[in-house]
Amino acid sequence: MRIALIAGFLALVVLLAVGLTRNPREVPSPLVGKPAPAFELPRLGSDVRFSPAEMRGKVWLLNVWASWCVTCREEHPVLLDFAKTKRAPLVGLNYKDQRDDALKWLHRLGDPYQFSVVDADGRIGIDYGVYGVPETYVIDRAGVIRFKQIGPVTPELLQGKILPLIAELER
Amino acid sequence: MMRMAVALAALLMAISGAAREAAPLAEDPQVEARLNVIADELRCLVCQNESLMASRADLAMDLKRQVREQIRAGKSDDQIRDYMVQRYGDFVLYRPPLKGSTWLLWLGPFLLLAAGCAIVWIFVRRRRAAQGAVTLSADDEARAEALLARGDDRSR
Repeated sequence: MRIALIAGFLALVVLLAVGLTRNPREVPSPLVGKPAPAFELPRLGSDVRFSPAEMRGKVWLLNVWASWCVTCREEHPVLLDFAKTKRAPLVGLNYKDQRDDALKWLHRLGDPYQFSVVDADGRIGIDYGVYGVPETYVIDRAGVIRFKQIGPVTPELLQGKILPLIAELER
Repeated sequence: MMRMAVALAALLMAISGAAREAAPLAEDPQVEARLNVIADELRCLVCQNESLMASRADLAMDLKRQVREQIRAGKSDDQIRDYMVQRYGDFVLYRPPLKGSTWLLWLGPFLLLAAGCAIVWIFVRRRRAAQGAVTLSADDEARAEALLARGDDRSR
């Protein structure tokens, strides 16, 4: 009897301890495995419009960013490094930002994006289930979202997850 | 008299000014009422422990705008909830559907209740088994009879 009680108590402790190590901010996205929502948005700093359908046949990355987003600044050098490798097209989704602020930000810190598109009122962000900028999506040749990163892309994540995934999807 | 008329006019203007400022709140009470019911059942993703209705976070305001638009477009409550779930998963629902990933959430409390009942039952049974061995001797029996008889006397 006493042993059973102690075992039950320990099981509860383990359950709660495991719970503490998990990040409650990371909500599993229902969009992984689903086609990337369609949109048509103007590019930042030009009138040319972009739609994800143009990327059919390519594995590409969509990165949600904003000049007001502090964590984006932390992530930025990682994206610059990634862009230098030219491993896959990186498109920015400039989320709820001011045009001038966004352009200034890219000018000052460098522009890792092939181009960015402007989601001024955040509607497309909602379609993509964005709730904490930065977020990054890996989209395959058929236009299906294969991976979503909530929060900054770190060098470890890039090396350990994103690059291998790109290689796998391109095979 | 003239002064009074001017004062009255000024007062009226002040009142109408105040009334105009409050107007947006009463824009479409029906839409707002439905929004409140739906948003009260949805979780804000930024603050997590707050409902979409209570939250003042930027994203919550955007999502409420989205819900408002869908109400105006004539969508049903279920369609609006589906819209949210498609983007943010079951996590946005305060009452998620019962399925593989949520059964522990729904049934866990009942499992704990059952475990608690089982423990109490085992406890009680053991105690009863331990006490069952006690039997009264003839002397005890006589004393108990006497005590009971005295109680009867007193109650009369």
